Amino acid sequence: MADQTLTKPFATRSDALLFLLQARTFIALILVFTFFAINAPNFLSAANMVIMSKHVALNAFLAIGMTFVIVSGGIDLSVGSIVGLCGMVAGYLVLNGIDVGLGWSIQFNTFEICLLVIAVGVFIGAINGFLITKLNVAPFIATLGTLYVARGAAMLSSDGRTFPNLNGNPEYGSDTFRWIGAGEILGVPVSIVMLIAVGLMAAYIATRTPLGRHIYAVGGNERAAALSGIKVNRTKYFVYIFSGFCAALVGLIISSQLVAAHPATGNTFELNAIAAAVLGGTSMSGGRGRIGGTIIGAFVIGVLSDGLVMMGVSSFWQTVIKGLVIIAAVVIDQAQQRVQARVALQAQSAIDN
Amino acid sequence: MEHPIGLSIRKGTKVYPGTVALNAADFDLHMGAVNVLVGENGAGKSTMMKVISGVEQLTSGAILIGDEQVTFRTTEDARRHGIGIVFQELNLFPNLTVAENIFIAREKTRSGIDIDKAAQRARTRALMERLEQDIDPDDLVGDLRVGQQQIVEIAKSLAHDARILILDEPTSALSAAEVEILFRVIADLKSNGVGIVYISHRLEELIRIGDYITVLRDGVITGARSMHGVDVDWIVRNMIGESGKDFAKEIDHPFGEEVFRAEHVSLGSPAGGLLVDDVSLSLKHGEILGIYGLMGAGRSEFLECVIGRHPQARGKFFVDGVALTEKTVAGRISRGLALIPEDRKNDGLIEILAIRENMTLSSLKQFTRGIYMSLAKERRTVADFITRMTVKIASPENPISSLSGGNQQKVVISKALMTEPSVLLMDEPSRGIDIGAKAEVFKVMRSLAAEGLGIIFVTSDLDEVMSLSDRILVMSNGRVTGEFPRETATNTALVEASAVGHAKPTRHKEPV
Repeated sequence: MADQTLTKPFATRSDALLFLLQARTFIALILVFTFFAINAPNFLSAANMVIMSKHVALNAFLAIGMTFVIVSGGIDLSVGSIVGLCGMVAGYLVLNGIDVGLGWSIQFNTFEICLLVIAVGVFIGAINGFLITKLNVAPFIATLGTLYVARGAAMLSSDGRTFPNLNGNPEYGSDTFRWIGAGEILGVPVSIVMLIAVGLMAAYIATRTPLGRHIYAVGGNERAAALSGIKVNRTKYFVYIFSGFCAALVGLIISSQLVAAHPATGNTFELNAIAAAVLGGTSMSGGRGRIGGTIIGAFVIGVLSDGLVMMGVSSFWQTVIKGLVIIAAVVIDQAQQRVQARVALQAQSAIDN
Repeated sequence: MEHPIGLSIRKGTKVYPGTVALNAADFDLHMGAVNVLVGENGAGKSTMMKVISGVEQLTSGAILIGDEQVTFRTTEDARRHGIGIVFQELNLFPNLTVAENIFIAREKTRSGIDIDKAAQRARTRALMERLEQDIDPDDLVGDLRVGQQQIVEIAKSLAHDARILILDEPTSALSAAEVEILFRVIADLKSNGVGIVYISHRLEELIRIGDYITVLRDGVITGARSMHGVDVDWIVRNMIGESGKDFAKEIDHPFGEEVFRAEHVSLGSPAGGLLVDDVSLSLKHGEILGIYGLMGAGRSEFLECVIGRHPQARGKFFVDGVALTEKTVAGRISRGLALIPEDRKNDGLIEILAIRENMTLSSLKQFTRGIYMSLAKERRTVADFITRMTVKIASPENPISSLSGGNQQKVVISKALMTEPSVLLMDEPSRGIDIGAKAEVFKVMRSLAAEGLGIIFVTSDLDEVMSLSDRILVMSNGRVTGEFPRETATNTALVEASAVGHAKPTRHKEPV
């Protein structure tokens, strides 16, 4: 008993430290937010909040998909290009429909366009999965390859030109296309509603389904996972397909928001997505990461860049600051791992003796 | 001929958390002679060699060279004193050439700037000639056969003029011809005054080549003498002890129908030849079948064939008389097979995940309805298994890496049992766990068998296989070389069967 009262304060101090470290991304978000609320004019205005969350949403979608991929021990560099290609597919379908070469073309309504665009994203994700599982290509290389192929395909689709005026045609039921980027549901922008839906779905998959558990297991130790009866290839297919799905959503939203599709859209988006996942505590070596953390990470990055813009900081400095924040996040993450391991070992040795 | 003592350990004790690996050991290393070290897995042989080569430090006691006490903080320290070691697990870089491997970290340079490749190559070629090997210095180590890689590892020690050379199971991967070459090299080194420590499980080989023998059991030296007049019986007696450890074997129960049968299982090795060579066996409900053999005898590979890790394996399997057509691990688990792998860290556990998540990894379906997985039910089941298996943990949410080996093993066993198997395959179930946890694991195995589970377990521990099994199979070179019911099995018979097909013991001893 005396032993317990002695160890108790120490244990709680470790626990408090651990809690602070675990909540670090959230704390960082609050700090960044408060800083800009004080220093940037109009930062807290409702209009700014809406614009900012729309910006954040785009990165957050990609980061959610990326989190699954990284947790499974892989990486997906192709998401930025998938965004571009999917935007072009959406633009093409809205403008031209599919020309079957018989002097007439098939036109689609908004819902059908969405389905087709998502199918393109899922298909590229599946190709990534195929390359990585069946052909045994390293994820970095496989997705680097699809990055180029998808970007090239986006350029080819219009010879590098922009598809302008994606207003749709009421006759075909595609005039609602703009609603995706500009519409609101109960006062909330559609893209935010979609983010909430996808985020909740991803979090549910991650924490409450066998599939989610399998993703963590494959990323933690692929050999042990396979010997435990986990279908490793199927799990990997899922994460890349899901990442492609998220990228397709972003492609739809961007082309609708801009009412235009440009083939270079989404360039280097994959790096922001990786940064958000890492900021949120996802381990690049796989097996660890949370959807909630990633979304907060995406907000930190988004608030930081929008806030700096509003303060009039040069975009060069913004880039430097973003890089420093990411490095700091990873350094703190290492500290958290050490404290966590120590707390667990202390608790265990108390039992062993 | 007198052999001077080149190095000795006095009262050497090494304590790891939870186990005493070496207990007040006194060891003399004779120069110009082969000092043989023998004992079961975990008896402390490797620990003693790690201490001598600077990989680990003694908890208490001293290492003496001459009359001077020395401490080796690093392997580099030991190397400066002329100590070279060839580990059983090879420390080579497959992506570098033979010459680069031999001179790694001690590259020959031209005035300290760039590597003198020509000199390294020439030296390597000379070493290979001495070892009678036709290995090109520019070959990539990854392209060599395992036996050749071992030769490279030995050459590495020779290149640094080691006065004391430790060989940890050097012949485990060598062919008979390569073993002969190695023995000639050893004789050559001996005549040059090099002191050799030779660790092996192949007793006949030890008797043939050794000049002095030291037997270890549970970290204690139980016998040390010159090799004159030593025979297999003497070694086995000292290795096992007269009494034998007492494992829970009190429960005797009748066996049921046949639960598992394997027919003509073969597995090719990437290097050519067969790792598993036409193995057939049958197992009844409630029976514990022990598979004894040396490392590399194909025992683990056989179990891996059964669980479906090698899709290219040939052969048929039957569970409860019904042919096993499932090819995947998941399919075979669903048919009632479960494997507890030998390499816990790499194959058994996902270290980054919590204890709970590791335990339920194979049986998440049990907690899932549609897309809803009940975490509450999962927690209840985990708590239930923790009590049943007496796993000592602070919280099931802690990472599995915080546990001791014994508790980790209990988690792995729980994971297998949670799938409700009818056949349990256990590969070295007592590896790396302390004696108390060992006894508990064995008790669990006995009571599972009493509940009707069929168990196949693999071990290199004679005592373990003798006291735990209802029936014993011995494997050597991928084949079944002996089958004994528990009543008629003897240590000597098992050891002999486990050496079938290896370099024939010639019984000829060189004059000392």
